[in-house]
Amino acid sequence: MSIILKAEKLNKFFHEPDKFQVLNNISIDIIKSEFVTINGKSGCGKSTLLYLLSTLDTDYKGTITINDTVVTGLSQNQLARFRNKNIGFVFQFHFLLPEFTVLQNVMIPAQRLGIHSEKEIRELANEKLKLVGMDTFGHKVSSKLSGGQQQRVAIARALINEPTIIMADEPTGNLDSANAQTIFNIFKELSTAKGHTIIAVTHDQDFAKNSDRTIHMMDGQIVDN
Amino acid sequence: MSLPVNLQISRTHLLSRKKQTLVAMLGVTFGIAMFILMISFMKGVNKFLEDTMLQATPDIHIYNDVKTDYTRTVAGDYYKSGELIMIHHPKPKHVNLNIRNAELIINDLMQNPDVAAVSPHLSTQVFYNYGPVQINGLIDGVDIMQEAQLYGLKEKMITGRVENLLTSNNGILMGQGLTDKLNVRVGDMVNLATPTGTFMRFRIEGTFQIGIGTIDNIKSYVNTASVQQLLGKDRSYITDINVKLKDIHLASAYAKSFQTKYAYKADDWETSNASIMASFLIRDVLTYVVSITLLIVAGFGIYNIMTMTINSKMKDIAILKAQCFARKDIIQIFLSQSLVIGVLGALTGIILGFTLSYLLSQVPFPKNENISLKFFPVIFEPKHYIFAMMFGIVTTFIAGFMPSVKASKIDPVAILRG
Repeated sequence: MSIILKAEKLNKFFHEPDKFQVLNNISIDIIKSEFVTINGKSGCGKSTLLYLLSTLDTDYKGTITINDTVVTGLSQNQLARFRNKNIGFVFQFHFLLPEFTVLQNVMIPAQRLGIHSEKEIRELANEKLKLVGMDTFGHKVSSKLSGGQQQRVAIARALINEPTIIMADEPTGNLDSANAQTIFNIFKELSTAKGHTIIAVTHDQDFAKNSDRTIHMMDGQIVDN
Repeated sequence: MSLPVNLQISRTHLLSRKKQTLVAMLGVTFGIAMFILMISFMKGVNKFLEDTMLQATPDIHIYNDVKTDYTRTVAGDYYKSGELIMIHHPKPKHVNLNIRNAELIINDLMQNPDVAAVSPHLSTQVFYNYGPVQINGLIDGVDIMQEAQLYGLKEKMITGRVENLLTSNNGILMGQGLTDKLNVRVGDMVNLATPTGTFMRFRIEGTFQIGIGTIDNIKSYVNTASVQQLLGKDRSYITDINVKLKDIHLASAYAKSFQTKYAYKADDWETSNASIMASFLIRDVLTYVVSITLLIVAGFGIYNIMTMTINSKMKDIAILKAQCFARKDIIQIFLSQSLVIGVLGALTGIILGFTLSYLLSQVPFPKNENISLKFFPVIFEPKHYIFAMMFGIVTTFIAGFMPSVKASKIDPVAILRG
């Protein structure tokens, strides 16, 4: 069982409007192909933790090691490249580029990474869309899809560069229960069959209950691991 | 379809809001087109005025200036006491305004490799008498072949030929306006009277039209000898030497050196026409001020549209940054959009500017017998087009760069967390 993500003594402060400690000495280890959910009340710092782990937010104390790379202290441009290769994102809102087709949206991160040829990327993108059951919508403009469909495309986009870790911030927050179930099944499938590590922040109790492990947070601390 | 991904995104952005792109582009187009139209027209006007001016002004004019230096006086000879002598308001002395060693100076000028033609002059005021009509005017005693070379007189002849003056005794070439007033034609005889009271009869051998009313209405050419005879002077009496250079821009440098070399006043054409030169400068400044204002306004248009675009694309930028796009990628995406607008706008602007300039050059100029202008004067110079292109691109670059940098600084966490 290899540890894919290791966070040590994470502390984070908000300075506006008053100084406030959001995260208090948090240390977690996440094992490869684990499906972890982070659960807790609003304001407990769970999203903040996710953004620290995702390397998007670099204003913190402590150390984060992902895939044996210490990401703490890397430059913004190094982080952008690191994220592109190692981390896939799914947000509460899909954040698809509205003018682009579904296929283009999925392809863009791989094109930016520039490892594969245009043709390979296209095949890869179609494969990922098939995984989330959206392969027939490839040529639709993304703004024309329904919410659940857009979220599935967003997952396909997160998968395009074969990231070891997928991070999701309230992936089902805007969806009805049927769509939420679909999304959950996709995540489950990704972790068990494809070996992706999944870290998801969620309010949804059913979603959390069915994951491999749930981390409960309260007032910036981990209460139950 | 092998554009880099940044440019693919930029293209999709541009194409997904065609109307906005078009409006921004038209701003640049009109700015550039107006710049080209204005500068081509203004430069055309300058060129026309310069050509006209040079038809009436020699490149360098050497003459004996009336001196007003009275510091040397004979008064001292009468009052030898050594006291301070003050003389108020003396009258000018009688001086001969001729150039004494004219022959030598002319020969010397001819040796100069930069000199194209040298024309000695002897001018005087006259009254033209034909029947009861008496008109005040001017005659120039010249070596007509040299003079023709100086001003391209052969093309300006309306009737008769320049060479006729050489073969005829007491021949005269008259300004067209003058012959109209006197109602004379080639072959007629006219009486000329000088201010000193001498008379001579001349036979009209030809008429010319320079295109400047003040010349065509008063001036005539005769042989130098005729004027010398009319004034009762000897055969070496010359008052002015006009010089044409091979390169007009050397005039001011040569004028200075001639002045010191020959010890006579030498004016170059720019000095003789200082007020016209000033008007050139004013027109140039005006053209650049108006055009640059137009382009800057177009730049603000682009700045606005880019800022609006970026504000509406905050989420897109955030997700791009979260995924993989570094700051320079974001700058590239948005800067390339404004550069595309700039380059397309500048190109269409150049085409439109050329078309408008060409159309203007085909518009007939209101007929005026004193101005030899058939169409509006417009010149077509590649360097203006290159300048317009460069300026258009630089303006759009700056206008696009500022919002792009702003976009690249967006913090993805702040936006993605909502």
